Amino acid sequence: MGNKVLMKGNEALAEAAIRCGCRFFFGYPITPQTELAAYMAKKMIKSGGTFLQAESEIAAINMVYGAAGAGARVMTSSSSPGISLKQEGISYIAGADLPCVIVNIVRGGPGLGGIQPAQSDYFQATKGGGHGDYHLLVYAPSSVQELADLISKAFDKADEYRMPAMIMGDGMLGQMMEPVEFKEPISPEDLPEKEWATTGTKMKRKKNIINSLYLTPEELEDLNIKRYQRYDVVKRNEVMCEEYLTGDADIIIAAYGTIARIAMSAVDMARQKGIKAGLIRPITLWPFPEEAFKKYADSAKCFLSVEMSMGQMVEDVRLAVNGKAPVYFYGRTGGMVPEQEEILAKIEEHANA
Amino acid sequence: MEKIFQRPHSLSDVVLSYCPGCTHGVVNRLIAEVVDEMDMEGRTIGIAPVGCSVTAYNFFEFDMQEAAHGRAPAVATGIKRVHPDNLVFTYQGDGDLAAIGTAETIHSAARAENISIIFINNTIYGMTGGQMAPTSLVNQVTQTTPYGRKVENQGYPVHVSEMISTIKGACYVERVSVDSVPNIRKTKAAIRKAFECQMQEKGFSLVEVLSTCPTNWGLSPVESLERIRKEMIPEFPLGVYKDLTDKGGVR
Repeated sequence: MGNKVLMKGNEALAEAAIRCGCRFFFGYPITPQTELAAYMAKKMIKSGGTFLQAESEIAAINMVYGAAGAGARVMTSSSSPGISLKQEGISYIAGADLPCVIVNIVRGGPGLGGIQPAQSDYFQATKGGGHGDYHLLVYAPSSVQELADLISKAFDKADEYRMPAMIMGDGMLGQMMEPVEFKEPISPEDLPEKEWATTGTKMKRKKNIINSLYLTPEELEDLNIKRYQRYDVVKRNEVMCEEYLTGDADIIIAAYGTIARIAMSAVDMARQKGIKAGLIRPITLWPFPEEAFKKYADSAKCFLSVEMSMGQMVEDVRLAVNGKAPVYFYGRTGGMVPEQEEILAKIEEHANA
Repeated sequence: MEKIFQRPHSLSDVVLSYCPGCTHGVVNRLIAEVVDEMDMEGRTIGIAPVGCSVTAYNFFEFDMQEAAHGRAPAVATGIKRVHPDNLVFTYQGDGDLAAIGTAETIHSAARAENISIIFINNTIYGMTGGQMAPTSLVNQVTQTTPYGRKVENQGYPVHVSEMISTIKGACYVERVSVDSVPNIRKTKAAIRKAFECQMQEKGFSLVEVLSTCPTNWGLSPVESLERIRKEMIPEFPLGVYKDLTDKGGVR
């Protein structure tokens, strides 16, 4: 491990990606992920890689498709409206079983929305986003260190399961400066070979085809079933979450990303007031940490999902708790960030009800 | 007995999915012949579009990727950046290249992306059953222009070779036709030139091929070839629109 350096979240993402062997970045400018692309533009060439500013998000994600199909470790980054444009390509990438990493530094929506932090793309990230039956691995870091750690994990897991992975951050996390320690860099040559990739047959093997078209319904159904069997393995092995003071908690807060840090302070404040509050912080949004919530469905008196949205993750919390306890929601949206006092007030309201 | 004519090695031994009399098959074969003659099969990566040639990944023996509608030049860009020494080409129809994929086409040319585009212009959407294409001729009757393409409603056809030849990053642009044996031979020469342009790292190349769609034109295969000569070539004149291959290319 190297030394700690002080870095912006967006730049730490880029540095960590290059260090884990990513040499291809295709993007299109949008706020608030700008620093990531700017860092890539500066550093990628020095690392012998490709940084390309595409003519649109649509072109960028299709360049990712091409490069991923050609066997490269490749990524793109954008923010909400741009991620919407990429959905067609993401569906094709999932349908062709290609690994890649997509970063979404989420901003307020819908439409052009705003440029301030939000979490209102949760549904889009975890429930499909594009057309067809598919999922992305979705990681939700809450610190600059975790951004760096999770992008490396996202690349490895995307390769392992041959599926696209997404890093969901927000403008606050992207702009925030924190100390971060990076892993030792690895070279793309050290990564496992992808035998399925289009690299040219060199007249040594049969041709490889990257494709998501299957005109025979039986064949397409069969492929979708096989893909979902792979997703079952992902659900068993790849769930990540953090629990904080949940053991004896009467009220359990669900919060991810930046908001989880504010919610954690609110939990501490509640504890000081004698309220047994706890926090479950999903780190993977898909697969969702259902078991962590199920575990406390009988012991906790209620749950409270705190989000920067009008209520999206709360649906998954409700599914996990399965009616055994009330699941409340508190959210701010459009770029508004809830303060710890607001969250504390909601904890008090529900704990004392 | 000596074999003097056979299926090119790069062309798969499968039944092509094109309609009888359609000239897609001719162009597929020409590409395979050129790849064989350049001894490039093991280093070629092709990109199939959305349209009648959507399953072209089944027709060639080299590696293939299927692209979303219009996105083939972006996909080719991604592949070429990973494998700069390979021959990377897209095979696209007029709806794919000149309507939904116009931006990708123009910008891959503007970047002087070292790829080749084989562009099939048959003035119609074939796969979906014969709708108006960006290249449909004025007064052409299609499923979505049942009274003919009218200037006041749908405007004019897009002239891709003329347009791309104005872009600095384009090195070689030629419009050819497969309506006759001499023109088929010229088409093959153009494809070869485009692929050589790429392998010599001279930059972006595009070959526009005037092609037939007997099924959706409602004409016999012979009448269809006649239509290329009588109606299409006057609107889309054949010839080299840009060639900087002798001047060192554009990269």
